[in-house]
Amino acid sequence: MWIGGYLVVSALIFSIGAAGVLVRRNPLVILLCLELMLNGANLALVAFARMWGGASGQIFALIVMVVAACEVTVGLGLIVAIHRRRLPIDVDELRELQG
Amino acid sequence: MVVLRNPFYSVLALVFHLISLAALFLLLRAEFVAAAQVIVYAGAVMVLYVFVVAYVGGGTEPLTTGGRTLKILSPLFAIAVAAELCIALLGTALNGVSGKGAHFVLGFGTPRNIGRLFLTTYLFAFEIASILLLVSAVGAVVLARRRRGLEPEIEIERRVHIPRPAFTGTMAEAAGTRHPEPGLPELPSAGEAELEPTGAAAGPEGGGQEPSGPPYQGGW
Repeated sequence: MWIGGYLVVSALIFSIGAAGVLVRRNPLVILLCLELMLNGANLALVAFARMWGGASGQIFALIVMVVAACEVTVGLGLIVAIHRRRLPIDVDELRELQG
Repeated sequence: MVVLRNPFYSVLALVFHLISLAALFLLLRAEFVAAAQVIVYAGAVMVLYVFVVAYVGGGTEPLTTGGRTLKILSPLFAIAVAAELCIALLGTALNGVSGKGAHFVLGFGTPRNIGRLFLTTYLFAFEIASILLLVSAVGAVVLARRRRGLEPEIEIERRVHIPRPAFTGTMAEAAGTRHPEPGLPELPSAGEAELEPTGAAAGPEGGGQEPSGPPYQGGW
């Protein structure tokens, strides 16, 4: 199968995730869209690994998955803490740290 | 997934996306990555997401609360990024992009191959990833812990406060070492009046043991 097709799909996934991060204001959905962007990058990495016949790209994809899991854990912990303080779950409302 | 109003449906759409991506990984001969994708992402991480959406209570919400500029410019920006990426990836003179990839050797992408690489060439990255996982697990526990003082004290008191009849309580209260919180508002208790013995009913013989302060409202 044509390798370029996978790269186009990964570029589309990445762009959809970027649009979601920009448009949506719910931190939960923003985290989901970040996952989408990381997955687009993962697909490109695996496609390049297939292209050159080396497994290093797959190793890198696995490391990216580990980092994404860590990011999700901490992000969801933050969202739970925000919800417990009865603050609005909206990234535009949470601007207390803004100078 | 981006345009769904309910976060729960977004999560379900992402699960579908992850499983389709695992199929693409299989097509790219990355069996171990595909299996890890299904187990770690579609299994563990998405369960975490579903739990948090259920906890936070994601109802239907407006798509965005940002201004009109944001609403119009963001999709344009995304389309521009997609076009630029496609041009950058396909417009280069890379020979492999137009081909079908390298010649397939047996054992490429199997757990055996990946595991050997992880424990020899990429051992440092492997260890760093394990430390990162540990740190993030501890951080999540610290962040999501139920802390005293996080919510107002009054609400906690009200939640656990059970009106008790007079002359019942802990020994610490009887000894006077532990007083109820002075700032606590008095809770209206219906059965207080008849349960509380008046000074006349207690009589002169019971009056000696009566504490001089206000009767305790049942602290804890």
